[in-house]
Amino acid sequence: MHQFDIIVVGGGHAGVEAAAVAARMGARTALVSFDPAMIGAMSCNPAIGGLGKGHLVREVDAFDGLLARAADEAAIHYRMLNRSKGSAVQGPRVQADRRLFRAAIQRIVAAQEGLTVVAGEAAALRLHGGAVCGVDLADGTALEAPAVVLCTGTFLGGRLFRGEERMEGGRIGESAAHRLAKQLRGAGLPMARLKTGTPPRLDGRTIDWSCLPVQPSDPEPWTMSPLTGLRRLPQVFCAIARTNARTHDAIRAGLDRSPLFSGAIDAQGPRYCPSIEDKIHRFGDRDGHQVFLEPEGLDDHVIYPNGVSTSLPADVQVAMMRSMEGLEAVEILVPGYAVEYDHIDPRALRRSLELREMPGLYCAGQINGTTGYEEAAAQGLVAGMHAAAAVLGLTAPALDRASSYMAVMVDDLTLHGVSEPYRMLTARAEYRLRLRANNAATRLTPLGLQAGCIGPERAAWFAAREEARARLAEQLALEVLPTELNANGVMVRADGVRRPLSEWLRFPEVTFAALQPWLDDVPIDADLAEEMTEDAAYAPYLARQEAELKQLRASDGVPLGDHFPYAEVPGLSREMVERLERAQPDTLAAAGRVPGITPAALASLLVAARRRVAA
Amino acid sequence: MPPPRRAVLSTLRDADGEALDRAVVLWLPGQGTATGEDSAELHLHGGRAVVAAVEAALGALPSLRRAEPGEFTRRAFANGRIDLAEAEGLADLLSAETELQRRGALAMAGGALSCLVADWRGRVLALSAAMEAALDFAGDDDIDDQGAAVPPGVSEACEALADELAAWLRRPRAEPLREGFRVVLAGPPNAGKSTLFNALVEDEAAITAAEPGTTRDVLLRTVAIGGVPFAFVDTAGLREHGAGAIEQVGIARARAEAERADLVLWLGPEGEGPKERTVWEIAAQCDRTDIPAKRQPRFRLSALTGEGLDDLRQALVEHARSALPQPGEVALNARQHGLLAEVGAAVGDAAACADPLLAAENLRLARVALDRLVGRAGTEDMLDALFGRFCIGK
Repeated sequence: MHQFDIIVVGGGHAGVEAAAVAARMGARTALVSFDPAMIGAMSCNPAIGGLGKGHLVREVDAFDGLLARAADEAAIHYRMLNRSKGSAVQGPRVQADRRLFRAAIQRIVAAQEGLTVVAGEAAALRLHGGAVCGVDLADGTALEAPAVVLCTGTFLGGRLFRGEERMEGGRIGESAAHRLAKQLRGAGLPMARLKTGTPPRLDGRTIDWSCLPVQPSDPEPWTMSPLTGLRRLPQVFCAIARTNARTHDAIRAGLDRSPLFSGAIDAQGPRYCPSIEDKIHRFGDRDGHQVFLEPEGLDDHVIYPNGVSTSLPADVQVAMMRSMEGLEAVEILVPGYAVEYDHIDPRALRRSLELREMPGLYCAGQINGTTGYEEAAAQGLVAGMHAAAAVLGLTAPALDRASSYMAVMVDDLTLHGVSEPYRMLTARAEYRLRLRANNAATRLTPLGLQAGCIGPERAAWFAAREEARARLAEQLALEVLPTELNANGVMVRADGVRRPLSEWLRFPEVTFAALQPWLDDVPIDADLAEEMTEDAAYAPYLARQEAELKQLRASDGVPLGDHFPYAEVPGLSREMVERLERAQPDTLAAAGRVPGITPAALASLLVAARRRVAA
Repeated sequence: MPPPRRAVLSTLRDADGEALDRAVVLWLPGQGTATGEDSAELHLHGGRAVVAAVEAALGALPSLRRAEPGEFTRRAFANGRIDLAEAEGLADLLSAETELQRRGALAMAGGALSCLVADWRGRVLALSAAMEAALDFAGDDDIDDQGAAVPPGVSEACEALADELAAWLRRPRAEPLREGFRVVLAGPPNAGKSTLFNALVEDEAAITAAEPGTTRDVLLRTVAIGGVPFAFVDTAGLREHGAGAIEQVGIARARAEAERADLVLWLGPEGEGPKERTVWEIAAQCDRTDIPAKRQPRFRLSALTGEGLDDLRQALVEHARSALPQPGEVALNARQHGLLAEVGAAVGDAAACADPLLAAENLRLARVALDRLVGRAGTEDMLDALFGRFCIGK
């Protein structure tokens, strides 16, 4: 018998963040993995970050998570998506050397105090009176803990499809967790199936790179984590291939053998990461689609062709790939495949990602119906923080849609449920002007410090940054006349109005650098300067949002709680009752975000909630 | 604080201690009140200036604001004092006094506005989707990266929509239909305004006398003529000299009334009526020979003999019918007008934004306002619009 505070099942991106944050908060934590050598593996593309996803990486980093630092340690290609637009929609994205990334994660996990890696298959949850109290491993070992975090990825009831082939497993060559899946289904939890896919892996030595346009790494020296400092590894380039009419013909000829079209898979895949056969089928009129050829590592000839996720038979995959310019002689190392897996209807979860019907059991990552490393990592962090807080008697940070993408995701999942794998998009965040990738630390590190999950190195970095911010804010409060700006070559309209420098920053003619004459000579961190410039630029919009947020927070103050008697609320239609019972919103504001709930239903609910409180 | 549920006479003062009005004040602690919440009632003297001054003083207090339209009903409903049917009944009670009003209400209830809003919302969603595609999927397969620019066509479409909304905002409003088409009688003292007023409302509502400055306040009567709701307003005679302090206040109010009139009947010297309003020159007291006659009056009439009155009534009905929302036509009330104005402003701002991020934020604000118009919520709808249009994803 082994006693822990927290047991995390699964060593993927969700699992390592959950385990590491719990340990950072002081919980004795076990991380159970089929194969500890695979901890930190990147199952699909070798990239971390992107639009919306980059925000999640920075937010995880703001809580001192692993993802950004490990990504920097392994990054061989940096690309800031949307570089020309405001940072609220910029997407920092890196390509990571698979082996180096895994090594970095494993090194940080090994160095984390209070974190024990346990090799084995989590075969069953140990239950006591309906609550979870530990995990039984397949070899008979029993692990006990008052909280278990499931981060099973595609391993829960995982099944692989490629043409007519069927394989059991969560990843090619690795076994699936069937016993656990059976137990969860047996426990009456709302389970469903989702699907995702991966493209074939190519041998880079058989690609004619000379005829393909290349995409170099960004020259600007930014990093995923501000703690990284400088980039360490040599940077490689990617190349762009393109499908053509022959490719599409090859795909169409093989469609009847695709499990997606033969009806073998009926689970829904992600709309924003469609298989190539889906793209050809749905948008048949396009003459071609881009395929990004991404190197998987520095000393690795494997190439990941981003954009051609497929479960067509292996021979069709070869024909399809070789039809493209530059890939005429390409060798496929591992053909692509689709994977169908079990997930839990996330509406069964609280905002803490704990299952309402099984206290002590937390879920994070693909098991909750999401897709992507970044989404998984962020949920792992949320679940780990909440589990640790619950066990240790601490308060987990309160996040809301106006403070983080993490909360947007958790809110969307637990209130809307999923009909396809959920991916983060900046469009999902209605307050994205305040949720920028470059201000994640400002928004969240203070909450992390309160929760006790920030290590000394980041705490020191943050303290220095806040000091610099305060100093800069003080200097930017200086009021100057437009004529003074004009005298220094900044051509604003001379309207005679004295404004603080921070307000002048809102004018398109005024750059931060132009304000140098009024600032002291202490060098200013470029990121901080950018953050404060954008704060100034968006100030009028943020002020307008305040009214919206006030309303939101007022109705967030009306609690509904678990098992609210919706059926007894007069005036609620049966349909409304059903939707609300499934989502179990914890406040009136959350109820307002349950799809299909009308304002009249909300009003009735408010009446009932008030009466219940009064009673 | 007066004792609960006891009417107390009290002097209301603003923050500077200046007296605003002597009023009857009632303090009504919670639960048993109309809304179910703690309430205070201030029974003021009825002048608009008094009400405005007290409102201004109240508005200056922190955490105090004007109730939104229907807020008391909503709160009463939310607090369980009335149920939904009663709330709706209350709304019905407030409307439809004349045939014209009834038909207008029927059109709105039939979803005439909702159809329009659905169309506008669909267009804003499509514009949002185009913006979001450029923001979230720039450089993706078939979405050209416009760099820092707004995607082509979006600004123009925003501008077109903003223009269309502006045209709607200029159309006849629901209020004149509900409150009556506002006809203000104005002119110098002793021009016969009150006599005409009494004749039009068919009541001796206003005191008439030969003495100049008899009418010192604003007098309002609502009547239906030919099924059209009218609100006739009698005002103090306008004069620069000889008016006492009270009459001067009355004159100021008269000018204010003329400014918010739907139509002014001008009984003064030809061409000297208020500008920027529809003004009809009236030659009143045509039975009198001791005053200069107007050369080109719209109507020549005598309230005493009744001469010309029927013609005036008929013309008023015809004019009001054309200026009021047509039967069955969509007319916006204040709430809808306000929200639609927000939508129009946001869409207009979006058209003017060079930064796609801010254009998208303005379109979001437009969506929020539209959603409030019809009571829907909607990021998911926008995403559906987005994914329906573009082939996205690697």
